[in-house]
Amino acid sequence: MASATHFPEVLKSDVLAKFGAEQFKFVTTPVGDNVIEAPKASTHALLQYLKEYAGFDFVMDVCGVDYPTRQKRFDVVYHLFNSKDFTRVRVKAQVADGESIPTATNIWKGADWFEREAYDMFGIVFDGHPNLRKILTHHQFEGHPLRKDYEADAQQHCDSVMPIHFNNTPDQRGDLLDNRFVPINIGPSHPAMHGTLRVMAELDGETIVRANCEIGFLHRCFEKMAETHPYNQVIPYTDRLNYCSAPMNNVGYCKTVERLLDVTIPPRAQAMRVVLCELSRVIDHIIAVGTGGVDLGALTAFFHLFTYREKVYSLFEKLCGARLTVSMTRVGGMAQNAPDGWFDDVLAFCDEMSDGVDEISKLMLDNKIFIKRTQGVCPISQQDAISWGYTGPLLRATGIAQDLRKSNPYYGYEQYNFSIPTGSNGDIYDRYCVRIEEMRQSISIIRQACKNMPGGDYTIRDKGIVLPEKKDVYGNIEGLMNHFMLVIKGLRPPVGEVYDATEAANGELGFYLVSDGSANPYRLKVRPPCFAIYQSFPEVVKGSMLADAIATVASMNVIAGELDR
Amino acid sequence: MSDQKNLDDMSRSFALTTKLDAIVAWGQRNALWPLPYGTACCGIELMSVMGPKYDLARFGAEVVRFSPRQADLLLVAGTITEKMAPILVRIYEQMLEPKYVLSMGACASSGGFYRAYHVLQGCDKVIPVDVYVPGCPPTPEAVLDGVMTLQKMIKDRTPRPWKDNWKSPYTESNPNSELGQVR
Repeated sequence: MASATHFPEVLKSDVLAKFGAEQFKFVTTPVGDNVIEAPKASTHALLQYLKEYAGFDFVMDVCGVDYPTRQKRFDVVYHLFNSKDFTRVRVKAQVADGESIPTATNIWKGADWFEREAYDMFGIVFDGHPNLRKILTHHQFEGHPLRKDYEADAQQHCDSVMPIHFNNTPDQRGDLLDNRFVPINIGPSHPAMHGTLRVMAELDGETIVRANCEIGFLHRCFEKMAETHPYNQVIPYTDRLNYCSAPMNNVGYCKTVERLLDVTIPPRAQAMRVVLCELSRVIDHIIAVGTGGVDLGALTAFFHLFTYREKVYSLFEKLCGARLTVSMTRVGGMAQNAPDGWFDDVLAFCDEMSDGVDEISKLMLDNKIFIKRTQGVCPISQQDAISWGYTGPLLRATGIAQDLRKSNPYYGYEQYNFSIPTGSNGDIYDRYCVRIEEMRQSISIIRQACKNMPGGDYTIRDKGIVLPEKKDVYGNIEGLMNHFMLVIKGLRPPVGEVYDATEAANGELGFYLVSDGSANPYRLKVRPPCFAIYQSFPEVVKGSMLADAIATVASMNVIAGELDR
Repeated sequence: MSDQKNLDDMSRSFALTTKLDAIVAWGQRNALWPLPYGTACCGIELMSVMGPKYDLARFGAEVVRFSPRQADLLLVAGTITEKMAPILVRIYEQMLEPKYVLSMGACASSGGFYRAYHVLQGCDKVIPVDVYVPGCPPTPEAVLDGVMTLQKMIKDRTPRPWKDNWKSPYTESNPNSELGQVR
């Protein structure tokens, strides 16, 4: 990524012309992130301006950061994205404990759950938020776990389940159940619902009058764990975010740390990461399409596709010994080189898989029942999709060809020949069409990458970042000392912060990393793509049939690991 | 006398003699109906166990039931959080006897590497576990081995004091909880 050293002048002068006084601080971080530090009173007006006049139409993330020694201890951080010129800006405001900040939910609908999460994790109050209550921790949980004074392993037990509840928006009836309607609870662990998701609805016959989802049943404290582990030890935790495509999370995280360190990994490592990522995209879509079929009653596709997923597992196993959670990347490159002939195996798989994709396309997309169950069901408009913060296949299903691999290419994606499939209606059918076509494109990328695999090293050889090879550790004193120092002292990036995003299978996977110069991340915030998507669920399914709601959840491909973290 | 001998010969051609316990155990262990309680990564690996390559059906356990009323083997596959624990107990209580629990993976068995504020440090804190399968996630072979271990336990009628002495952790601490009313 090109690292600009100055804040974009046009944006700066526009903002200054609009708001006058020197109340904002414009900063460009050493790695090129543009940051506006604003007083909390004018944050809302600034965000509104940035959205309406400066073209920052996406709010990618809202999060808190805790600095307990500071007078105003919290930072509230908004990550904005402009889908026209693909630039990003970060708005930061300081909030003291007990103070509040105006909500951004009336600017972007998608700020909803992110602000709830900041409230849950830090106790930051957002004024005017329609439904500011806990989201990830259980209802009996006291305190705010991501504050620095909360011990990472201080468990609090929960002994009951929340009754059916809905959002308390001002113009709604709140949690009072209407006796004309039938309340229904689906999940967690329900035949019709994926693993840990819980959906509650009020039904008028078969029609959903209102719905709500409760999440957090798999909240396993990724962000707190990241703060208590050294940089390279965080990698296995990232595997378990979106466990359907684990290598992509490794890559996203390592890329962020590398960007903060300002290092470029060697071409071979880049190409290997591309192959891993695209293989992961294929197997992630296999799960999405397969379980989507299962939820509609079609088991065949799932079993058939799983054969191909097994083949990728075998490839991963050959590469690194693990099947699902590979932890194959390290900060600075890959953990090891690929074994001889591995890329030929991958190419052979590509041939099998492209036949498989055609078969599955015929089996699902040309199937009359499948079409009737999905076409025109619970569509979402382009505007709404942007406002909710949709990214990935679901955004592209509405017809917006936004893909970070094209718009902000990394790892040489610009040299591969592939296209961005888009839909037109934003309905469930288009989502599966986009996914299946993306599998074809990914296979094409894998072929190109494997055929042109660059030689050279698979990792950088910076003594302060990468452990020496085992033969050096055991063979000479420099290697031993290097190994000892790096293990004892740890990998220490410079003080600073960075936001970096990659195009994961579900959409934009962002990592916001704050470093205080120590061996552990000071704060690591994940921007999970399905978190933004799933928050729109109650609105999307309102007025539709119950069975369509099940199909909608399946098409959103909500992965609890990254949803709840 | 010769009639008796003929009867014995004849019965041997279509019947076998055994003990009632043994034949019941034979039936139980070869027709385990699992409830896949997949919450996380292990749930994905459990799909592999069910899938065409490893195929748990070979061990008589292919009838996956998502209703606890129809299942007798609870496969806890994935991290159980504090928020999830009461639901897991409710599912377990709803299962009919005889019932078994297989804890798949490090998280379900001990909390794994999530020594964290919202993660239950092993599902045996709330329900009785018969077989622990290590791994993060375990390979499908390991899960098959776990199921075979359980089958052996059923065959040998291994005493299960952890199960016999189990009481719901929620009934005493919270007598008004709806969990306590589950029969």
